[in-house]
Amino acid sequence: MAKYDYVPSPFMSNPIVKWVDHRLPIFEMVDQQLIKYPAPRNLNYWWNFGSLAGVMLVVMILSGIFLAMNYQPSTVAAFDSVERIMRDVNYGWLLRYMHMNGASMFFVVVYIHIARGLYYGSYKAPREILWWLGLLIFLAMMATAFMGYVLPWGQMSFWGATVITNLFSAIPLVGKSIVTWLWGGFSVDNPTLNRFFALHYLLPFVIAGLVLLHLWALHVHGSNNPLGIDAKGPQDKIPFHPYYTVKDAFGLSVFLIIYAYFVFFNPYMLGDPDNWIPANPLVTPPHIVPEWYFLPFYAILRSVPDKLGGVTLMFGAIAILFVLPWLDTSRVRSGRFRPAFRVFFWLFMVVTVTLGWCGSQPPEGMALTIGQICTVLYFLHFLVFLPLLGWFERPLPLPASIAEPVLKSAAK
Amino acid sequence: MRSFRFLLAGVGLALSLGTAAASEGPEIPHQHWSHDGFFGTFDRAALQRGYQVYKEVCSACHSMKQMRFRNLEGIGLDEAQIKAVAAEFETTDGPNDDGEMFQRPSRPSDRFRMPFANDNAARAVNGGALPPDLSLIAKNRKGGENYVVALLTGYADPPEGVTVPEGMHYNKVFPGHMIAMNQPIQDDAVTYADGTKATVDQMAHDVATFLAYAASPHLEARNALGVKVMLFLFVLAGLLYAAKRKIWKGLH
Ligand code: HEC
Ligand code: HEM
Repeated sequence: MAKYDYVPSPFMSNPIVKWVDHRLPIFEMVDQQLIKYPAPRNLNYWWNFGSLAGVMLVVMILSGIFLAMNYQPSTVAAFDSVERIMRDVNYGWLLRYMHMNGASMFFVVVYIHIARGLYYGSYKAPREILWWLGLLIFLAMMATAFMGYVLPWGQMSFWGATVITNLFSAIPLVGKSIVTWLWGGFSVDNPTLNRFFALHYLLPFVIAGLVLLHLWALHVHGSNNPLGIDAKGPQDKIPFHPYYTVKDAFGLSVFLIIYAYFVFFNPYMLGDPDNWIPANPLVTPPHIVPEWYFLPFYAILRSVPDKLGGVTLMFGAIAILFVLPWLDTSRVRSGRFRPAFRVFFWLFMVVTVTLGWCGSQPPEGMALTIGQICTVLYFLHFLVFLPLLGWFERPLPLPASIAEPVLKSAAK
Repeated sequence: MRSFRFLLAGVGLALSLGTAAASEGPEIPHQHWSHDGFFGTFDRAALQRGYQVYKEVCSACHSMKQMRFRNLEGIGLDEAQIKAVAAEFETTDGPNDDGEMFQRPSRPSDRFRMPFANDNAARAVNGGALPPDLSLIAKNRKGGENYVVALLTGYADPPEGVTVPEGMHYNKVFPGHMIAMNQPIQDDAVTYADGTKATVDQMAHDVATFLAYAASPHLEARNALGVKVMLFLFVLAGLLYAAKRKIWKGLH
């Protein structure tokens, strides 16, 4: 836990609070880790996205539990049970659209959260384990979203599940057996749907556990900040409450406006129309595309003509993030003081967005070529650009402390 | 701020690439719908005309599995009218005490009648093509209800050099242009109770309105609640912004 001069909040002297805390110091934990918790005074709005992700996790779990009360995980009943939720369950449409669009919002938030970490070098020492936990959350989220998308048993549910589970058949020797084992049969069918439902219900709670570890790791050294330098003393920090509670609450209200826009006024925009057609194993849709948040990885997968190669690169695209703290050789954390890095950072952003576009296109012609170029650039960024930048780049001079530029700009 | 600009540029680039790609298929013109927009509501008269078109024309071939007669409340029918409409149809019920299935007049809680016993029966009389269920057609085709209008009004003579196979028909917007459904509505295919002239365009627009309702029966409730939620959130955001400003002011 961060070391600082802890002055308990007034409520800590309440006798009931004292009685409880003597037995289970839960109020003390809340007071130390949430209320008095010292945070850098200069966090900008990019630091809102962690708490937004936490809110989205809660929203997803709550809406999901109520959906599950009305959902039937069987190939004959699933599609109709979801339609029943939309048509006959009181506010069922609201639950469903919150959950459906919530998944997209969750990914938007987490992608921005990760990009924030990439830009400000938040993955660097001493936050490597914090970074890994974040990546594990990301992986668990992808698994959850993938299996959740199968549940309504529309055309894309079925065919997406078929394509993605089939990827495992690329593994030499045991691939085919693994796929049969995953399916619980010889095609995506009732057993597959059943186990996906069980796992889709389970994984968010695993994510919740990982988030606790993530926060624990965060609170050991505290948040990074836009300057990327360590706090030098108490003048660099402010208590989390009320400063960041109110800032997070304001950010949340703005985020909710965007989320509500999709839920109430444009609930179909982010989904594929084909998933409103009941699953039919005999009719293959002309384009099988995953949800938008998987598209960059889908593009990487398809940019390699060889199946095993594609699968390896796709998983490699995430695996490489685990070693990022050692691939980035610069000792300066924040992109703000790394002019050359900044160029490559934005190049990388363009590359990932372009990969997303390529993933939405049939893998041929221009889209395929662009996808291949971007795949190469994606890996070059981590394997060549970042390691070299650390050596060749001349970072700008760092400020002496966090408080210095803040107070200077306030004095003006 | 700088970073915002970059982000916007990136998103803009992606969107323009995306729309460039999306505009490859035949153009689906966007119709004017009273149910578009934040305050959109369905045009009740159009819904009722649209249901008439579905009932008298499309239902000969197309099922609407998700629809029950009681859902006609949303097109503006009252309880007695719904009972009367339902009673025009028969539903298989049973088994009775003798173990027999029997036919009885439909009730509001019954589903719309299925035109065929199963998919194979439907294919058998449609030259091998399956007329899709229309409950969700306004959601499961790109362009939604606009596509339905474009499809119904998109029949034309094939361009020079294109031969249309036996049992197929040329359509400007159907993927591949060869559709097994013959043009289902001609002028005056139905006689509207409210005296509206039943042109092909009119009927296409009406039936598409009805299909849009069938696909999103909650649309009006959604818009109404959405407007309230938005108002609430804007006020909340304003208050929180003021609170944030006030609290942070003391810091420097
Ligand atoms: C005589 C039978 C018949 C009638 C009547 C009929 N259809 Fe069809 N419809 C079909 C068949 C068959 C198909 C499948 C066509 C194909 O796949 O080539 C079809 C397909 C469609 C499609 C889907 C096109 C696509 O994109 O796949 C729509 C929408 C449609 N019909 C709407 C209507 C509407 C609206 C009416 C009433 C105005 C109607 N149909 C009346 C037989 C019919
Ligand atoms: C369910 C998903 C997630 C939740 C709920 C979550 C939550 C949080 C919260 C509340 C914070 C502190 C506030 C902040 O710094 O923004 C945080 C920090 C952080 N998270 Fe996450 N996170 C999630 C996913 C991820 C992922 C996928 C990654 C990266 C791979 C990640 C990496 C980080 C890092 C590096 C920090 C420290 C940032 C800093 O102080 O600069 N997180 N997370």
